[in-house]
Amino acid sequence: MKILVPVKRVIDYNVKIRVKADQSDVELNNVKMALNPFCEIAVEEAVRLKEAGIATEVIVVSIGSNLVQEQIRTALALGADRGIHINTDQKLDSIHVARLLKKVIETEQPSLTILGKQSIDADNNQTAQMLAAMTNYSQGTFASKVTVEADKVLVTREIDAGLQTIALTLPAIISTDLRLNEPRYASLPNIMKAKRKPIDTVEASSFEVDLSPSFELISVSAPAQRTGGVKLASVAELVEKLKNEAKVI
Amino acid sequence: MAILIIAEHNEQGLKAETYKVVQAASAIGSDITLLVAGENCTEAAKEAATIQGVSKVLQADNAAYAHQLAENIAALVVELGKDYQHILTAATTTGKNFLPRVAALLDVAQISDVIEIESADTFVRPIYAGNAIATVQSSDSIKVLTVRPAAFAAAETGNSAPIEMVSIATDVGVSTFISEELTKSERPELTAARIVISGGRGMQNGENFSLLNGIADKLGAAIGASRAAVDAGFVPNDMQVGQTGKIVAPDLYIAVGISGAIQHLAGMKDSKVIVAINKDAEAPIFQIADYGLVADLFTVLPELEQLL
Repeated sequence: MKILVPVKRVIDYNVKIRVKADQSDVELNNVKMALNPFCEIAVEEAVRLKEAGIATEVIVVSIGSNLVQEQIRTALALGADRGIHINTDQKLDSIHVARLLKKVIETEQPSLTILGKQSIDADNNQTAQMLAAMTNYSQGTFASKVTVEADKVLVTREIDAGLQTIALTLPAIISTDLRLNEPRYASLPNIMKAKRKPIDTVEASSFEVDLSPSFELISVSAPAQRTGGVKLASVAELVEKLKNEAKVI
Repeated sequence: MAILIIAEHNEQGLKAETYKVVQAASAIGSDITLLVAGENCTEAAKEAATIQGVSKVLQADNAAYAHQLAENIAALVVELGKDYQHILTAATTTGKNFLPRVAALLDVAQISDVIEIESADTFVRPIYAGNAIATVQSSDSIKVLTVRPAAFAAAETGNSAPIEMVSIATDVGVSTFISEELTKSERPELTAARIVISGGRGMQNGENFSLLNGIADKLGAAIGASRAAVDAGFVPNDMQVGQTGKIVAPDLYIAVGISGAIQHLAGMKDSKVIVAINKDAEAPIFQIADYGLVADLFTVLPELEQLL
């Protein structure tokens, strides 16, 4: 089976972000960028399915400017076979991404599409579900375990109360939770090999999908800062403060 | 403005989150319909009718809606939702699972994890793990939103809204429920608790989490954990507080042996009072803690339990 893995370029998760002074957005210039951690887990899962002899080909796709080719290369170094770069400078929302990915699915016909459950910048947690809706495929979100069985895939999902296992008819869309796997590091030989793997670039406009914004970003501001607290000397003092000053116990 | 809210419930009753979504929706308008979809969910529907601000309860009772499979619930909500200007649900794992599917089927965007409603079309939500706050204005004909429960108070009870049965039964048939492994606990639910005590990597192992039990019992608190503690296998993942776990905003949050990574803070920094117990005086958690105790948790916890 063929597996499609959409990946996103985001600010590195360790970076302390800064809001621009004019409150138009978050500062993205000269900030370290990386593959979204959940997408990395999605790539790893697809590569493991290939190593297990279940998948035959792993295709990664990313949407954005030429810079996203860097993240596609990272995914290729982790073991994906080829890349698709959908070129656009436009800022896209989840629904636009899903519309574009739907077109890729129509062309590539993957049995499984594995995405991260959310990108750590927009924190939307929408794309996989929207893509499943548009393709009429089944969805297995927040997956912590994936088992392919003939024409079905068993997905164990992380839910608020614990874990839930569902069976999905293939083709299906899966979104990864952090506990699905531990992504590998790309070795130097694999990074070199990845340079020779093909990346097809296509213009987003050639897909003929509606990419007009459905909402306007009015402002981006820094959250209210907590005032610095006090360090206490003893447990007795802590209990006393919680009882009499904060009055929370 | 007709508003449709999809209730979160466990057949027998509503989850606390539903009350908060109703409260949030009342900032948009007063024509609120609450949909209770599930199997044998009469009790939950009865409870839904008592929430102040709800004009009508729709009960969709069918085997197809058991376990809230996204494909079937989304098909139902899309069928009903066309007549509404707003569709809301809680940003729980259930809501996050089916609502984007609804939005895409209606061909509109979704606004996730709303923490403030400025007007019927303008909403506030956190981005970048809560390190920036975005205000967005939607131009979609139907506004589809998930609401962060921790950001809203709960709506009151005392209402008796009419309950209508919905006969639509959609089984898309592409997914089936196999099994469930739920964590059983006598303690209050993490997202609804007034006091939360959480342990991190500093707890060293799963057995040591029992040091939190006595304190939690005395305070009526829920027990949470950092991702480090969950990944190390100390506790199950449904206890995780953070960007990718649960978002809590209790009156009191006690962080024990938690350094305070960005991703953890995203889940608890809106708590009213934060206490940090950590032996590393440089731990970032102290920068947001109202009360900090630089000490070994293994001596502090027994002492704290005794003093309470």
